[in-house]
Amino acid sequence: MDLTVTTAATLPDLEELRDRIAAAETVVPVGGRTHWDVGGPAPIGVEVRAPAGVVSYDPAELTVTAGAGTTVADLAATLEDGGQECVLDPRDPAAATVGGTLASGLSGYRRLRYGSLRDRLLEVRFVTGDGRVVKGGGPTVKNVTGYDLPRLLVGSLGTIGVIVQVTLRCQPRPRHVTWAGTSGDPFEVRRRCFRPSCIAWDGGDTRGLLEGDPDDVAAELHAGGLTPGDRGPAWPDGPHRGRISVRPGRLCALADELGGVDGLRWVAEIGVGTVHVGADRPAPLAQARQAAEAAGGWLLREQGDGIDGFGAGLPNRQLMARIKTAFDPAGKLSPGRLPV
Amino acid sequence: MADLRAALGPDRARAEPLELALYQRDAGVDRGQAAAVCFPGTVDQLAAAVGIAAWHDRPFVARGSGTGLAGGATPVGDPLVIVTTGLNRIVEVDADERVAWVEPGVLNLDLSRAVHHLGLHYAPDPSSQQACTIGGNVATNAGGPHCLAAGVTAAHVLAVEVVLADGSVAMLGGLEPDAPGYDLRGCFVGSEGTMGVSGRIAVRLTPNPPAVRTLLLDFSTIEAAAATVSGIIAAGIVPAALEMMDAEITRAVEDFVGAGYPRDAAAVLLVELDGLPAGVEAQVEAVRRVGHEHGARTVRVAADDAERALLWKGRKSAFGAIARIAPDYYLHDAVVPRTKLVDVLRQVYAIAAEYDLTMMNVFHAGDGNLHPLIVFDQRTPGVWERVHAAGDAILRACVDAGGVLSGEHGIGLEKRDAMPLVFTPDDLDAQARLRDAFDPSGRANPEKILPSGSRCGELQRVPAGAWI
Repeated sequence: MDLTVTTAATLPDLEELRDRIAAAETVVPVGGRTHWDVGGPAPIGVEVRAPAGVVSYDPAELTVTAGAGTTVADLAATLEDGGQECVLDPRDPAAATVGGTLASGLSGYRRLRYGSLRDRLLEVRFVTGDGRVVKGGGPTVKNVTGYDLPRLLVGSLGTIGVIVQVTLRCQPRPRHVTWAGTSGDPFEVRRRCFRPSCIAWDGGDTRGLLEGDPDDVAAELHAGGLTPGDRGPAWPDGPHRGRISVRPGRLCALADELGGVDGLRWVAEIGVGTVHVGADRPAPLAQARQAAEAAGGWLLREQGDGIDGFGAGLPNRQLMARIKTAFDPAGKLSPGRLPV
Repeated sequence: MADLRAALGPDRARAEPLELALYQRDAGVDRGQAAAVCFPGTVDQLAAAVGIAAWHDRPFVARGSGTGLAGGATPVGDPLVIVTTGLNRIVEVDADERVAWVEPGVLNLDLSRAVHHLGLHYAPDPSSQQACTIGGNVATNAGGPHCLAAGVTAAHVLAVEVVLADGSVAMLGGLEPDAPGYDLRGCFVGSEGTMGVSGRIAVRLTPNPPAVRTLLLDFSTIEAAAATVSGIIAAGIVPAALEMMDAEITRAVEDFVGAGYPRDAAAVLLVELDGLPAGVEAQVEAVRRVGHEHGARTVRVAADDAERALLWKGRKSAFGAIARIAPDYYLHDAVVPRTKLVDVLRQVYAIAAEYDLTMMNVFHAGDGNLHPLIVFDQRTPGVWERVHAAGDAILRACVDAGGVLSGEHGIGLEKRDAMPLVFTPDDLDAQARLRDAFDPSGRANPEKILPSGSRCGELQRVPAGAWI
């Protein structure tokens, strides 16, 4: 494999980037700042940005290679030309970068069908704290050659390396897409539909996302008792936001608790176990975190500074600390983002 | 041995020469030597065995059924071999959450059979699925024909209880969709036993599709078959499985199984489409059209489950079929970009001719995962040297086409020293850091995956010749 073509020919500012990273005391990778409050407090240091632009795309490969600074919307526009998409689904695709979305590790709302964000990343190039470029994974859709650095980088919040270039898995765009609603039991919708892309529930209203052949979508709508509509769920907004991760089987019980939190807006992804929460003040989020932890889950802060990033400490913290030290012995990459 | 016998029971630890000989290798070709072998019957005993190895500062190698082909379970460094096949209980199945907790020695196909009545299955389906263990699947991040659409093992493992090299137990991942911090579960899957040993494993179960159609297309040239593969993807279809077999293997399989494969075809494609009925029928028509556009001689759609099973039996019996041709075979595993399939296949046949070897190809065409199969008789003088040299040449051809060293078998011992073909010293150093963070002692399945010299500052002592 020619390792030089893409880095040298299409990412000309990499050398300067490497020098800046190597010389800095503290390095803070920046994408679109759309996930800026995710996890621990935003570190202060030399801000660096990954190059933007699609490096290579061949629809027949179902993969795309792009600079990590490419916005998700720009990437989507390129893939649309090939009749394909890459399921990243950040909140603000026009501003969010591919690298930032991956580094924050937040899977999108279509996870029920398409799986975790981590399953998208095939190959990653990142710059280490001492300015070396490291490649992990490989460009093919299937690969078990060596250790899975791509999965380590997804969700690492800039603490392992500065992601500069990625190769992602794509898929054909579905022929037909529709949101649909019901006031019925969301868990029943999940049991009755074969492969919905999302079932969102706010305690009253259920919204399902169906994608595929038009006749199949119609049949699924019928099976799930869903009425097509043009709007998806109202994802919770507000200056204080977070996401709960809990066993999907505990969503029903957790919903009872969340329903009792004054001032909390929430939407749960049925079958996944993610609950998006939002509020105008920090207190409801703190209460939601208590409820999540009591249900065996946890709450990640996504926006606001009223609560800390992770709540209860990280599991396997010693092991995580060894990994952090192994990759960033100087402790210069996004210090404090992950409490290891 | 005394400690092992005390902790596991007298029958569960052995060191007799005959038994040690049984565990010299996996289904690959590299041999090693075990110091002792043990058979834990519970996860606690598994942890105890690893702890005893730690106490005696002894390397350890875990193995399931030993179906691995890359020497990942070959004992190196006089280790304790820990056999997990006795840990074969399906601990819990939650049909509503679609999750099963299994012990590492549960056989892949046994799990799917156990949950069949719930309308569920375990998606990764390596060709050895009747024999291979889920623990081994986790270690190698195993694939299979149906991983084209469904994804490989890593996408189906939610949590792993791992016995780390010091004997401590850590739960990596969980049943909640995200675990806080680094994706330790994702790092562990595919680490080939070098980061610890799987105890209980939580896997995702997948609903059985309402509609399944299986098609057999046959072609008079291999180029036409490969063009059809690209054409199917270009038509916006990602089949559940998309397998190719060349002329030699098609004939061998037909003689063996009698599945109705055309004996005079230059190549056949086995295409499986699943999902909801309307989409599947539309895709059947699209595949039929693409096939004919690229010169398919016939397109056979299996009429019922029995015919479907027969077509698959042909594919999955490929490695049994070749035993009728020659006593030994050497199976390769590499991935190339889908668009390079024809180029690389041409080179593979040229390499076979150059080294005067019989080569067959049966592989996961949909994701570019080649499995060139060299059949030979090892009693032929000098044949091993030719087999190895041809394998080396094939691997280089795949890498030159922008491919990788392994799609689903792993690196193990077999391809360890080929890693520098695709990774720079800095890349390998980063991988070594991750491995060492999990196992600072270096006793978990030593000498696998990373060639010596991978760690910065380590003495470079790659042995002569890429193959061991």
